[in-house]
Amino acid sequence: MNTKKAIGVGAFLIAVFVIVPWLIAVSGRWDFYYTLTSVALLSIASAGVWLTFYIGRINIGQGAYALAGGYVSAILMTKVGFSFWATLPLAGLFCAGLSVLIGLPILRLRGVYFAMVTLVLTEVGRLSALALPVTNGAKGITSIPLPGEVSVFGLTMIPDFATLENPKLAFYLVAVLLMVICFAALYRIVNSRLGHLCRSLQQNEELSASIGVNTAYLRILAYSISSFFGGIAGAMFVAISQSIYPSSFQVADSVNFMLNCFLGGLGYVFGPMLGTLLLYFGWDLLFTTGRFQLLIYSSLLITLMLFLPNGILSLFDRKGGRK
Amino acid sequence: MEQIIVNGLYLGAQYALIALGLTLIFSLMNVLNFAHGQMYVLGGFVTYTFVAQFGLPFIVGLFASAIVLAVVGAVIEKFLFAPVIRKSKREESTMLLAAGIAFFLDAMILLLFGEKQRGVPKIVNGVLNWDFRIIMPYDRILIGVLAIAMIVGFILFMQYTKAGRAMRALAQDRVAAELMGVDVARYSMLGFALGAMLAGLVGGLLVTITGINLGMGGPTSIKAFMMIMIGGAGVISGAIAGGFILGMMESIGLTVLAAYGDITYLVIFASLMVFLAFRPQGLMGKPWG
Repeated sequence: MNTKKAIGVGAFLIAVFVIVPWLIAVSGRWDFYYTLTSVALLSIASAGVWLTFYIGRINIGQGAYALAGGYVSAILMTKVGFSFWATLPLAGLFCAGLSVLIGLPILRLRGVYFAMVTLVLTEVGRLSALALPVTNGAKGITSIPLPGEVSVFGLTMIPDFATLENPKLAFYLVAVLLMVICFAALYRIVNSRLGHLCRSLQQNEELSASIGVNTAYLRILAYSISSFFGGIAGAMFVAISQSIYPSSFQVADSVNFMLNCFLGGLGYVFGPMLGTLLLYFGWDLLFTTGRFQLLIYSSLLITLMLFLPNGILSLFDRKGGRK
Repeated sequence: MEQIIVNGLYLGAQYALIALGLTLIFSLMNVLNFAHGQMYVLGGFVTYTFVAQFGLPFIVGLFASAIVLAVVGAVIEKFLFAPVIRKSKREESTMLLAAGIAFFLDAMILLLFGEKQRGVPKIVNGVLNWDFRIIMPYDRILIGVLAIAMIVGFILFMQYTKAGRAMRALAQDRVAAELMGVDVARYSMLGFALGAMLAGLVGGLLVTITGINLGMGGPTSIKAFMMIMIGGAGVISGAIAGGFILGMMESIGLTVLAAYGDITYLVIFASLMVFLAFRPQGLMGKPWG
């Protein structure tokens, strides 16, 4: 089993780091880099949402954290003059801290109530970005510099993106690397003591509290990790698009993050990745259908839900037996 | 001051009607209907088509909205929600379905009615002017009164008819209601149709004043969610209270906070968060919905 897993991981890494760039170089479809980079980043944010699902909460507020992370990164770079690589973890940490403050009251809510509050939170994020003086209102922050050089003892670790002849490839590699790290961390969390405790929360919060699980602490911890993911995804997006507006992440994005998780399947760590890939690519492929794009897309979503209400990865689920 | 209160009441009556539909669906099926705002927009467009395109009287358009939306709601419940609820392992799956339906309705509205802002001519002309303390166009008063009449009608329906009693029983305890011989599938469908019909009616009412466009669906859903959070999900009195409270807050906020820029909704959201920290189930909700 373990060798099987190792082979699977190895195959995945080779696929994303070698085969995909090679295929793109051969076919000359450079635009795919942007699509795939977006998929990688969106799947990081969706991974965060997935983790909140794992403690039994429906999170439709990831857009707010992605937006906050993006703004933190943008402001630190343009106003304070930080390097992008320093702002990336700072954006994540800022979101994690923010989520502790917000999470303390709202994580007491459950079910639909939590879903609705987080949905409102996304809207709060957008309105705050419009109203706060530091975010430059509806005009947003533009012409953000590309990530600069990082060197240790004079040795260049990461070259300056502005001097690269192909920054798209560089962004793709960075985004995929981030995605791999995030999903590895997620996998580790889920398969640890913390993951077992989270599962107990998902099944019955009162029961797990009664056998001595510190539910309040766990909820906040899971939620802040989730927001950390949202923050770094947002910051990375800002670096790629070199601009951020209050409408960069809005309610539709938050809902999409949630849909990605549902589609991939809530019981599977790699569900959000698959869901994001399918939803994003599906949307892009349907572009050729013009004005029927949304109609076909939503019909497919509804059909999928009718026949596979437990997510796509549930097709491979032999143990439970299909109902 | 009087003006603020009247504006608040007028807004609140419409908001309460939207929230009633959402809360009815939630209490019966435990489904958060993301598509509620889209249903509202659809209702507005149906009224627009009948009144502005076919030249029929407003009341016909309003009835048409109610009927079309009730049919749409019944079909959605019967063929989409009921099978998914039966098959899915987690009840949250219905949220994906609801979001998919919201997208679908958006697409349908775009294809059928286009993306332009639409409105119908005023149904009553003139403005009520009471000593410059209250200034209110007559059509707004009429719409407000109609909305309140519909709320009263809905409460009476739920309170005194057989169908209303069955739906209340269903909301309290699904299994017990079924054991008492309530046809659960039928009344779930009826409830969904009724909820969608209320959304359509509000759309039909408001198309005469604010007009209607495709982009109004999402924000309306969010407002409706806020109302049922204030009042408590799944409780009829809570939805009405939430609607009127939000209407009042909006009316006060737009007057008092106008000097500080467009921050009314930010303040409302922030105070909602604080409120929910102290009372997670809303004003009248059952704990944990």
